[in-house]
Amino acid sequence: MNVLIYLLPMALGLGLLGLFGFMWALKSGQYNDVEGAALRVLSDDDLPQK
Amino acid sequence: MMTETVDLSLYAKPESAGTLGMDVAVEGIACGACIARIEGAVKSLPGVTDARVNYTNRRLHVAWRESEFEPSQILRTLQDNGYRGHPFVAQRAEQEEAAEARRLTRCLAVAGFAAMNIMLLSVSVWSGNVTDITPETRDFFHWASALIALPGAAYAGRPFFSSAWQALRARTLNMNVPISLGVILALTMSVVETANHAENAYYDSAIMLLFFLLVGRTLDHAMRRRTRAVAGNLAALRADTAHRFAGDELVNVPAAALKAGDRVLVRPGERVPADGDVINGASEIDDSLITGETARRKVAAGAKVYAGSLNYSGALTMRVTAAGGASLLDDIERLLEKAASAKSRTRRLADRAAAIYAPVVHLTAALTLVGWWLYGATLHDAVITAIAVLIITCPCALALAIPAVQVVASGALFKRGVILNSGDAIERLAEVDTVIFDKTGTLTLPEPRVVNAANIDPAVAQVAARLALSSRHPLAVALAREALSRAPFDNAVEEPGQGVRALIDGAEARLGSAAFCGVVQPVVAEPGLSHIFFRHGALACSFAISQRLRPDAVQAVQALRNLGLDLRILSGDRAAAVAPVAEALGIPNWIGELNPAQKIAHIDALKAQGRRVLMVGDGLNDAPALAAAHVSLSPISAADVTQAQADAVFLGERLAPVYDSVAIARRARGLMMQNLWLAAIYNAIAVPVAIAGLVTPLIAALAMSGSSVLVTLNALRAANKNSTLAEGDPS
Repeated sequence: MNVLIYLLPMALGLGLLGLFGFMWALKSGQYNDVEGAALRVLSDDDLPQK
Repeated sequence: MMTETVDLSLYAKPESAGTLGMDVAVEGIACGACIARIEGAVKSLPGVTDARVNYTNRRLHVAWRESEFEPSQILRTLQDNGYRGHPFVAQRAEQEEAAEARRLTRCLAVAGFAAMNIMLLSVSVWSGNVTDITPETRDFFHWASALIALPGAAYAGRPFFSSAWQALRARTLNMNVPISLGVILALTMSVVETANHAENAYYDSAIMLLFFLLVGRTLDHAMRRRTRAVAGNLAALRADTAHRFAGDELVNVPAAALKAGDRVLVRPGERVPADGDVINGASEIDDSLITGETARRKVAAGAKVYAGSLNYSGALTMRVTAAGGASLLDDIERLLEKAASAKSRTRRLADRAAAIYAPVVHLTAALTLVGWWLYGATLHDAVITAIAVLIITCPCALALAIPAVQVVASGALFKRGVILNSGDAIERLAEVDTVIFDKTGTLTLPEPRVVNAANIDPAVAQVAARLALSSRHPLAVALAREALSRAPFDNAVEEPGQGVRALIDGAEARLGSAAFCGVVQPVVAEPGLSHIFFRHGALACSFAISQRLRPDAVQAVQALRNLGLDLRILSGDRAAAVAPVAEALGIPNWIGELNPAQKIAHIDALKAQGRRVLMVGDGLNDAPALAAAHVSLSPISAADVTQAQADAVFLGERLAPVYDSVAIARRARGLMMQNLWLAAIYNAIAVPVAIAGLVTPLIAALAMSGSSVLVTLNALRAANKNSTLAEGDPS
């Protein structure tokens, strides 16, 4: 079971990475306009002009 | 010739170095394409550094380099693209709620992370306990759980711990006291047990409890935040602009920017932007938003006018004495203070439940401890069992029972155009047995309408209504509401103070005063009823304009009566004006010509009989009565001060939201009681098991999540559509 000594911290580390990712997203305002974000994905302004 | 510019400096706030920013509430954002169009148009303005639309809140944030840009261009650009923008400053309450919602979301994320990881370890331990886990591995898993749970609970539990601490310092008990105690004791016991190499630890129970409770609170806040944003936008939409004299020039400023001593021009058809004295001009003023009186008041130099009154006939120059309606009529201010201080703090259902629940739980745990000890168990085992009782009774279901229903019910109300100002309004609405209506602007529409349309040829009425589009006179505006086509005649000319004329189908059409139209003025007997005259060639007619009942008032009042409510009308208007309204609605209990103090006296008399009064009103004169009533509603057209007193505000022309509020609130309260009973039944089953010392962490986890899901599912029924008045346009 010694493998747990490595696996457990690794699993926790990955989880923490996700948690900090969420905190960063929250702090940078990515959750301020969730409805708008769903619509912005449809706009074509990032395509090269033909 | 006077020139006009718009001064928006009040709304611009400094941001990063050298840039200013402004928030604009935008009307007309309906789809994703609007986002790109608005942002593209505003960003292309020279000097603008950033423009971003918040679609959820229907707002636009613009930043620009100072001194390189005139912010009024934003509004013009929006208008050119078919949107209406209203600059605004976010209210403090809204900002505070946004900060609180972010804090709760952070706590929720931490609790979720901790709960998932601990559950992973716990499931391993539980399955290991019935198979072949070694004690060393189990201890390792328990210590790993402690490493996650202790910092996780310290972070995610702060909203509960701080509230519980405040309650304890005030020597009261709220729901957060047993929650905090349960979490802290469960964690402490688990650490001690882990150190003793025990088989069971309760880290998962403690963290899962926090997670479930935080879900409830976060949802509650998300809902409240959204209603606040809508309310903020509506306030911005209503904000009037005023024409302020700067020397001899007129500058358009937001009414909120006026200061005492400013000279302001009020044109016909505009609302008075602040309290003040008339210094020049003569006109008729409609005070119905202030006093409920529908007959107009003649004013001339020296007269006092109040913010919210509508100017009818002539341009007035006034000197502001108090900006933004800050100086109320003195007696209203005094009455408001008295009513607010006399308002007995009704205790919220959740707090009442907590006050019964917390002592019972703590007593049960204490008795378990003493009982087992006397029975001969070791002190260690007795303490463990007692703490298990505390954990299993931890009010997961109880603490979700009421907020979950509140979230669903306020969401249902929001969909029907009712915006709640206070959280416990739902509970108080459900207890109502008497409804008191104001008349003007509450039972009737806030703006006057044509009342004799049935007597006039519809084709003629349409021509007159289209002609009325070219005038700003309030009577013409009322007539213009009937126009099906919104295109004004392009050759229409307005004769100030008389009316509008235009050449239509080869004949001159005139709309305005009797003399202007060459019609003999009929003798008007009814005060509150006004006429506007129309002549087209040889054809002449007159439109009677008056306050009209809300389109669904009769059905809504009948529906309220069917709920068993006692309905009354208390109006500040003349008895002659109230009687027909009361008769049309079938409300025998009505009184007119009441001043604010008399309205309060009536409400107090009803309260003394043990009645729970719902007051529905819009006028400034209703504000004290709204504050004095058990619970209060006001339409969105109400005076600002009045809205601030109301527990909820409803949108639109219909009166149905009043019925919907009571119906949904009653249903919600029923569900709250059901949920409380569910929680009680859950405890009745779980507590004996815990007292017997048979609770394992697995049982605790199942019981806790099971009961939480059950009350949440039950709460969803609060949005049931059957409990509201059928939609549809009765007009």
